[in-house]
Amino acid sequence: MTRIAVLGAGHVGPVIARVAIEAGYDVSISASGDPAEIELITQVLVPGAEARWAADAVADADLVVLSIPLHKFATFDPDLVAGKLVVDTMNYWPPVDGVQELFDDDRFGSSEIVQRRLARSTVVKTLNHLGYHELADDRRPVGSPERRALGVAGGRTAVDLVAGVIEDIGYDTVRLDGLRAGRLLEPGGPVFGVALSRAEFESTVSAEAA
Amino acid sequence: MTTAVPEAGGGFPLVLGLDTFGDLTSDEQGRPLSHAQTIRDLVEQGVLADQVGLDFFGIGEHHTDDFPLSAADVVLGAIAARTERIHVGSAVTVLSSDDPVRVFQRYSTLNALSGGRAEVILGRGSSIDSFPLFGYDLADYEDLFEEKTNLFAELLKGSPVNWEGKTRASLHDQDVVPHLENGTLPTWIGVGGSPQSVIRAAHYGFSLMLAIIGGSPSRFAPFSQLFHKALDSFGRDPLPVGVHSPGHVAATDEQAREEFWPRYLEVITHVSKTRGFAIPTKQSFLAEVGPHGALFVGSPETVAQKIAANLKTLGANRFDLKYGMGGLSHAALMTNIELFGTQVAPRVRELMAS
Repeated sequence: MTRIAVLGAGHVGPVIARVAIEAGYDVSISASGDPAEIELITQVLVPGAEARWAADAVADADLVVLSIPLHKFATFDPDLVAGKLVVDTMNYWPPVDGVQELFDDDRFGSSEIVQRRLARSTVVKTLNHLGYHELADDRRPVGSPERRALGVAGGRTAVDLVAGVIEDIGYDTVRLDGLRAGRLLEPGGPVFGVALSRAEFESTVSAEAA
Repeated sequence: MTTAVPEAGGGFPLVLGLDTFGDLTSDEQGRPLSHAQTIRDLVEQGVLADQVGLDFFGIGEHHTDDFPLSAADVVLGAIAARTERIHVGSAVTVLSSDDPVRVFQRYSTLNALSGGRAEVILGRGSSIDSFPLFGYDLADYEDLFEEKTNLFAELLKGSPVNWEGKTRASLHDQDVVPHLENGTLPTWIGVGGSPQSVIRAAHYGFSLMLAIIGGSPSRFAPFSQLFHKALDSFGRDPLPVGVHSPGHVAATDEQAREEFWPRYLEVITHVSKTRGFAIPTKQSFLAEVGPHGALFVGSPETVAQKIAANLKTLGANRFDLKYGMGGLSHAALMTNIELFGTQVAPRVRELMAS
């Protein structure tokens, strides 16, 4: 069974942890410090998950979900996730979160910058373009006409693995080749915050890429 | 009323109020009114809210051309001077980019003016304009909020105050005036989705105001549970939970939607350009207006049913409707307030009692 370590116990992390548990995964959740500090949050918001020290959780994980505030990323230790498959759910969104030097570069998407810093990890971008408040509510079973599609961007093997998890959670996936293509998923992009079926998603991103 | 005194049975009294961000209003021909006229109209709206029997009138601090309400406490002072019963407060005070000592002084002054009717809701709010305006870095948001909440809690205990931190000058045996006349100021923390903020509210013994502006309100139910468990773990007595959501009330569902939708579309479209939000569709709007969405738009009966259902689901005893949307007329807002006070509020009370 795939073991998932969610890093971040803010707005986003607990929601991802909960839907992953409900999809049958073995899930831990970690903040930057002592797991005792997020024990109550874990018990109430993510029943079934284990609050752990980040280093211990990552060591046992097949997949690490990085859902920390983006401004904390500059001081995030790349060694912590070396050799791991990392799902980057973060956004660089200056009007909402302010300008950040590390990410203030038009030539690269935020996940490309994350990958460059986490050079010994494999980074996949997904789950960033729907609201954390929608993530649980908008899940639908396979074949439902209301099933939304989420973009998953990165290297092929890694994307296939992550897309499998997203599909288990309750979304179709549209696989985008390379983190560079992940820029289509960013704030201001054509699919950010928009509920689309797989066919609509595919035609939207292919129109944009054309 | 909104103080944290449980009624018999352990519950808290039901509180129904209105919040506004001072959204710029238009005249009957749809032409935008001046900031000054919008502010004068706002005083009339607050006075009407009192006359129709509502419990609370709140103004959320904003600093933009669309929402020219940067000095909410001054406007609340004018409302307090013309009313006798309604509580007046911020919704929210962006504490991170303010000085807690000044916030205390202003709201303690409002408390004096109003005869003990002032309240404060502390939070980040959804806009960030105050940070560059006052020279703060958004990256420091959490540290600023934590420290300043801590100082505000100290100030509420009364003078003299001793406090040290990194975000402002230290205080040593400092008398901070005016002193609160009757104990304390009811203080809430507005939470949009951060569980740490829920824990923080419980830690300081502040009440919890859930800001629900999109998606299903029921997903916040675990936040209420988290709040109650956190209070318990800190050895504190129970405190009330409130809900703040946007909406608009008119005589019929159809009229409410027709008045609100074009304004909502225009405002969110404008915001989407600067913030990367998706532009709403009629379909997404109707989903938010429906029973599982966060917009309380409709006839008095529709809105009352939705409020009661959500208060029950969330274990909450307070609902503040964020009324108004840029471009609506003062007349439409006055009708909204009148209907909310005379029809929605009594119906919610009836539904909550059953």
